[in-house]
Amino acid sequence: MFCGTAIGMASSASVNSTSTIACKIALIAPAGANLGNPMTYLAKPKLHHPSLTQNKVCHNRRDYEGRISSLCAGCGHDSISAAIIQACFEMDVEPHRVAKLSGIGCSSKTPDYFLGNSHGFNTVHGRMPSVLTGANLANRGLLYLGVSGDGDSASIGIGQFAHVMRRGVNMTYIVENNGVYGLTKGQFSATADQGSKSKKGAINTDTPIDMISLALQMGASFVARSFSGDKQQLVPLIKAAIAHQGAAFIDVISPCVTFNNHPGSTKSYDYVREHNEAVNRVDFIPPRAEIVVDYAEGEVVEVEQHDGSVLLLRKAHGAHDVHDRIAAMNYVATHQAKGEVLTGLLYVDDEAVDLHHHLNTIDAPLFSLGVAELCPGPAVLAKINAGLR
Amino acid sequence: MRPTDIGNPDYFHQVVDCQWACPAHTPVPEYIRLIAAGRHDDAYMVNWVSNVFPGILGRTCDRPCEPACRRGRVEENNGEKPEPVAICRLKRVCADHKQDVRARMPKIAARNGFRIACVGAGPSALTVARDLAPLGYQLTIFDADPKAGGFMRTQVPRFRLPEAVIDEETGYVLDLGVEFRSATRIDSLKDLLAQGYDAVFIGSGAPRGRNLDLPGRSEAAANIHLGIDWLASVSFQHIDKIGRRVIVLGGGNTAMDCCRTARRLGGEDVKVIVRSGFAEMKASPWEKEDAQHEGIPILNYLVPKSFEHDQGRLTGMHFEKVRAELDAKGRRTLVPTGEPLLLVECDDVLIAVGQENAFPFIERDIGIEFDEWNMPVVDKVTLQSTLPKVFFGGDAAFGPKNIIWAVAHGHEAAISIDRMLAALDIHQRPAPTVNLLSQKMGIHEWVYDNEVARDERYSVPWAAKELTLKSVKVEVELGFDLATAIKEASRCLNCDVQTVFSREVCIECDACVDICPMDCISFTLNGDEATLRQTLTAPALNLSQSLYVSDLVKTGRVMVKDEDVCLHCGLCAERCPTGAWDMQKFLIEMTHAGTGCGGGHTQRKAA
Ligand SMILES: Cc1cc2nc3c(=O)[nH]c(=O)nc-3n(C[C@H](O)[C@H](O)[C@H](O)COP(=O)(O)OP(=O)(O)OC[C@H]3O[C@@H](n4cnc5c(N)ncnc54)[C@H](O)[C@@H]3O)c2cc1C
Ligand SMILES: Cc1ncc(C[n+]2csc(CCOP(=O)(O)OP(=O)(O)O)c2C)c(N)n1
Ligand code: SF4
Ligand code: SF4
Ligand SMILES: [Mg+2]
Repeated sequence: MFCGTAIGMASSASVNSTSTIACKIALIAPAGANLGNPMTYLAKPKLHHPSLTQNKVCHNRRDYEGRISSLCAGCGHDSISAAIIQACFEMDVEPHRVAKLSGIGCSSKTPDYFLGNSHGFNTVHGRMPSVLTGANLANRGLLYLGVSGDGDSASIGIGQFAHVMRRGVNMTYIVENNGVYGLTKGQFSATADQGSKSKKGAINTDTPIDMISLALQMGASFVARSFSGDKQQLVPLIKAAIAHQGAAFIDVISPCVTFNNHPGSTKSYDYVREHNEAVNRVDFIPPRAEIVVDYAEGEVVEVEQHDGSVLLLRKAHGAHDVHDRIAAMNYVATHQAKGEVLTGLLYVDDEAVDLHHHLNTIDAPLFSLGVAELCPGPAVLAKINAGLR
Repeated sequence: MRPTDIGNPDYFHQVVDCQWACPAHTPVPEYIRLIAAGRHDDAYMVNWVSNVFPGILGRTCDRPCEPACRRGRVEENNGEKPEPVAICRLKRVCADHKQDVRARMPKIAARNGFRIACVGAGPSALTVARDLAPLGYQLTIFDADPKAGGFMRTQVPRFRLPEAVIDEETGYVLDLGVEFRSATRIDSLKDLLAQGYDAVFIGSGAPRGRNLDLPGRSEAAANIHLGIDWLASVSFQHIDKIGRRVIVLGGGNTAMDCCRTARRLGGEDVKVIVRSGFAEMKASPWEKEDAQHEGIPILNYLVPKSFEHDQGRLTGMHFEKVRAELDAKGRRTLVPTGEPLLLVECDDVLIAVGQENAFPFIERDIGIEFDEWNMPVVDKVTLQSTLPKVFFGGDAAFGPKNIIWAVAHGHEAAISIDRMLAALDIHQRPAPTVNLLSQKMGIHEWVYDNEVARDERYSVPWAAKELTLKSVKVEVELGFDLATAIKEASRCLNCDVQTVFSREVCIECDACVDICPMDCISFTLNGDEATLRQTLTAPALNLSQSLYVSDLVKTGRVMVKDEDVCLHCGLCAERCPTGAWDMQKFLIEMTHAGTGCGGGHTQRKAA
């Protein structure tokens, strides 16, 4: 009737991060706020929910975000980034006190997508652990987040992985484990289960490396496994790992939606949900906070860490003693043989010590020492020489 | 909670806050996008179909859409001052910048033999005529005034609404083959009914200004004026000046028009004086701002007591000072402070303390029932009176409201008349036309502009005060220029582009939860609404906004989306690997009189 209604449906308009403690080694200065975006995606709007609150260091959760992710939509790695953001917000972490280090891979790209105001370093493939070790030695004052993939850590980087755990470097080391080299289009990685099927139909014949067993064997003092699709479990584990003063390792199964989310894969959303066996649920209680969770006796184990934080473990599956390294190794191996994916906190040493302790370094970060301290003069040299005679 | 039925047109309609709040349900985001695209003719017609007077409303609308606008909510705690999109003033942009739209006006069907009379040529009656005339009905509009428009012409001052805009937009209606009997007052409805009309629509407004009978009222009558009568006289150019010192009594929009008009007719010292507090005044906030901007003080908590006069000349007024207190029942009452009365000297007083209905032309014995307040008994939905062929609308139906409500009544009355004359049940109302269309063009490309602008609301430029205060005829607001209009349009969130969720393909990867800037999306165990609202990713405390709940997803949980502060940015859909989220434009058009409503030109009066 009205000519004016003859308007078609397609009528739309087409239309600081400066560290207070300068690092002497090559930590890349943080990128600051979201700079321009090379992808066609929009930057995530800065508007936030009106009810968003600030933490003790005056940041809201959104302040811990990074640039918008360029990973495939639905990649498990993005959920892990979100969990890290949540954990750092809840822990009142000061962004400029964090160094994020990673290697190469889709997983290793993720530090660009969280903590945009923190320090970051991308190493060559599989070499993140040695750079992290060096950074930690030079400046023990930062919080170290190592973010890696199963290819980066279990294939090319397995040697470095073993040594960083052996040395007990104080860090939170997260492997975003999808069983494939996502970035190079889905070849099996060293964690792919024997007999599992690639997207094209090839069967993996190699024996898988279990990162948890390896970390336990190499001496990591905090070992946990989780699933990118279960933030309720993952966030408290990351918080506990951050509080842990030693080598903390979390193996996070993180489905690659593009190359490893099909039937026949053992790292798909469906497979992990079906085979997930949660050993326990962790509640992280920061130091000096009151424990208000009430629980029946025998149901929950309290673990106090060095910094005074407490982990409340609600046991969900069998009677596993998280303080027993050998039992943990057995436990993991037994369940693995049954095809189950054990998740939760598997081992923690509440008396853990770290590399600086082993080396008996001074409390001040080494980079902060001046010429006077580093070159104490001929008299001291003479004394040292005398001691060697 | 039960899964949301998105097939119910009301569900997504409510998400489009502005359109839902608009009495005529104008597709606001649709026309805003058209303006941004420079398609002013199209934007104008989208408006015209819904609200008939885009140019007039773009300057004067009470804009119930703006307090409802989602933009105001999403800006909360995100900047200095949360503000809605300037929906109303964007409407004016398309009216100002359109080309000739006459060719796009409806074609008139052959006469169907039915004759309909309208009493009054205000917005409600003109809407009835606009909807029915093209269908073949023969419309006759009677008005006591010489020109059409009703209060839009006689009350709204010219510095807010130029004559040419009224002429143009009343003209589009009268040009649809409508007979306009100007300067013809209906003195007897009985006589009118006797002329054999098939239906009569009464849109006679609420024409009587409320008086204030205080001591001195009759003695000083020469300088005491009833606001709406005085404004009409100014409009008819019977009055062109006023005393130097003027008091305006009352706190509504009429008082604001009175004081601003007085400023232009020689009132140098014009004051508005109200009984209650400034915040409780009835006038819209922007009307108060405009008055204050023109140097008109608003004095509050003063109760008028008497008119003072000297030999028949008004000299001033006495006021009692009061303060607001809560009584035992928690109601606000005004209590005298006990201070001596305040004398405010003046030369003229304008009384703008309310408007009343009056139906002197309706005989009480013709079957039209009146209630205890002397208002006709009118059905809220059909607008039918107790005499089946007589309908009421606009201010005459339920007391003084505004133009957009008058238009909405006009549409509904036209539907009722159309159905009645097609012998259909008028209580059954036609369903709206709904269209849901995916906006996806590429992986990260949408038909609509999904980038969310951070701009704060732009204000409309004004002509210089020195110029506007000189004459009632100089329009104060200049309207947005095109560049600013595009920027303001970009603040619109496109709330009609809906987030549509298909749980069958969801793999629960959390990508949408993680990317949503407003924490709208949760996957959780189902529960009752009150519990869910507290336990979502962000609490959903705005109870006037729905929760969109899915059926069970694979893990036995449900997807719950709080619609409240969704930016409609589409990032959930961009990040979803399986297309479980899609952005779909929801275009809802109200069905007006015509074939869609069951009546229309297919009907013919039996000879
Ligand atoms: C000072 C003032 C300012 C206003 N400003 C605004 C504004 O900015 N925005 C807004 O939305 N609303 C405004 N309003 C309200 C708005 O004007 C009315 O709500 C609206 O015009 C009502 O429309 P209506 O169709 O009921 O008829 P009205 O506009 O009231 O018109 C009724 C018509 O009927 C005629 N009539 C009455 N009786 C008879 C009879 N017996 N025979 C023949 N003709 C008759 C009258 O002459 C008149 O022309 C304002 C009102 C006033 C008083
Ligand atoms: C020295 C070297 N060898 C090989 C490559 C090619 N390469 C890039 S990423 C990658 C595998 C990454 O796998 P993973 O760490 O599991 O990351 P994902 O992409 O799966 O998250 C390989 C082999 C490289 N970049 N450098
Ligand atoms: S290829 Fe796989 S691992 Fe890489 S971004 Fe895509 S889904 Fe994630
Ligand atoms: S943002 Fe736009 S679509 Fe949403 S309520 Fe406001 S004007 Fe309407
Ligand atoms: Mg991998």
